[in-house]
Amino acid sequence: MKKLLLPSLLVLSLAACESDPAIDTAATDDANASKTAVAPVVVQPKDSAGNLPDWARDPYKNSVYFDYDSYTIRSDARPLIDSHAKLLAQQPARKVTIQGNADERGSREYNLALGQKRAEAVRRALRLLGARDGQIEAVSLGEEQPRCTESTESCYAQNRRGDFVYLGK
Amino acid sequence: MYKIISSRFANAFTGLFRLFLATIFLSVLTPVAQAQIEFTVTGAGDNRFPVIIPVFENESRLPNPVSDIVRADLTRSGLFNVMDLGPMTVPESRTPDLAAMAARGADAVLAASVAPLSDGRFEIRFRLFDTHKQSNPDLGGMIMRTAPAQHRLTAHRIADYIYEKLTGIPGYFSTRIAYVVKAGKNYKLQIADADGESAQTALHSPESIISPAWSPDGSRIAYVSFEEQKPIVYVHTLATGQRKVLANFKGSNSAPAWAPDGRRLAVVLTKEGLSQIYTINADGSGAHRLVNSSGIDTEPAWSPDGQWVYFTSDRSGGPQIYRVSASGGSAERITFEGDYNVTPRPSADGTKLAYLTRSSGRYRVAVLDLASRQVSVLTDSTHDESPSFAPNSNMILYATVVGGRGVLSAVSADGRVKQRITAPAADVREPAWGPLLK
Repeated sequence: MKKLLLPSLLVLSLAACESDPAIDTAATDDANASKTAVAPVVVQPKDSAGNLPDWARDPYKNSVYFDYDSYTIRSDARPLIDSHAKLLAQQPARKVTIQGNADERGSREYNLALGQKRAEAVRRALRLLGARDGQIEAVSLGEEQPRCTESTESCYAQNRRGDFVYLGK
Repeated sequence: MYKIISSRFANAFTGLFRLFLATIFLSVLTPVAQAQIEFTVTGAGDNRFPVIIPVFENESRLPNPVSDIVRADLTRSGLFNVMDLGPMTVPESRTPDLAAMAARGADAVLAASVAPLSDGRFEIRFRLFDTHKQSNPDLGGMIMRTAPAQHRLTAHRIADYIYEKLTGIPGYFSTRIAYVVKAGKNYKLQIADADGESAQTALHSPESIISPAWSPDGSRIAYVSFEEQKPIVYVHTLATGQRKVLANFKGSNSAPAWAPDGRRLAVVLTKEGLSQIYTINADGSGAHRLVNSSGIDTEPAWSPDGQWVYFTSDRSGGPQIYRVSASGGSAERITFEGDYNVTPRPSADGTKLAYLTRSSGRYRVAVLDLASRQVSVLTDSTHDESPSFAPNSNMILYATVVGGRGVLSAVSADGRVKQRITAPAADVREPAWGPLLK
């Protein structure tokens, strides 16, 4: 009985039904269910699809880096991509944008296409690991939003990357 | 007259070759009156066409001088040795003393007069004379009525007239250019006269703007904006400021290029994976894939006759330039020298292709003669981008980097004349030369 004390309001209302002898119990349950049933609606924060874990919010920890002139996922990026694929599989309403980037050398439009190639590589990896197509948009920022703005190789390396960007951070 | 000029230009070219062999470069670095522009004429020397552009009769009655701008335009083209006569004017109403002008070394002279009109405007009359012709030395002239605020456009039109009369090809001084200025974290799409003056801002944005492309009639510009955190193509009507989304498909939308008829564009979409070229109607309907590859196809540009679409593709490994029929089909490779050739931009006369080439880590503007397939690298900088031809096919506008900042420059299609169009005070990029306004 101690267990039943916790939802005390529920216990009281059930007791009230039982106290009415004129009503068939089985019928009562159905009739009351149809009149009083409340379908729970949870209003999510507008742009959230569940809890976004802290690790997925940090822009500096959610980047996949690529080698020069390369568009294949490096092995050191696998754990991060796995984590994001799991998150997307667990939260089917969650959507992510993969933003591809390129270093500044050469044509802006060609660099936009190279950034897209990186974003697309990440998108395909997520799909293989169980994320749904409708959850992912692969886009490119080309060389337009460099993380590092010096003309050095170490700086260029930081700009050759794909970022996971979630709505409702 | 015409023959005289043609042979003079022929001399200029052979002269250039001689100077190259002797590795003698005669450089003129002349800051002109407007101070925004520097230009260098390499190897032109005495072979430029000598012309006298005097102060206009009654020019002091104009609120802003006009003949200075005419002289600056013609000088900057690198084709003319422009002289004045100090304060002396040559009225339009009578034939000048041509023998005296010839004695000063001029082959042509402008006679021009200004008269105020009752409505506040001014009438400018001018006439061009051949100093060496005994009979019919009058090469033609014009009467223009102009508001004082239009003095720059008026001057550019006069310079266009003189340029066309003396070279046989249309001038480009009254055309406009579009480019993007980055100031701090803000971006501006600006429209200016071809000399970089009279800049107006068409769009302010906190995010990057790239790839402006003029509609063939010069009334609209398509561009890529990152204001929604992804590249989306807009079409922007300059006179009204009205913007419409042209392409906002899933993924990236970029590289707009107008077909010569202005009714459709080529764009690059990624809705099926990597960057691929589509044609799309100017209202955003009817996107249709033009070329297929398993890699990157981007930077489309139409040939002026509308028959071909030139583009960049990495289908052979590194980026090279290809072309495909505007109705689709298989692609034909156009560039073979080097391992990085991008941004193909055909000239308006269809004879040349400007593009960006990389060698030894330097990105420079090159031009390909489409008939002979001969390539010339035109610049000696390291970070050039975004070449585009003037509508007369003689000059190429491009972006480069000087002192860590983006500036605009122009180079003649023969590499002889180089101009700096903006002072390196702002970070300027993504230039596009607008069409001739008819």
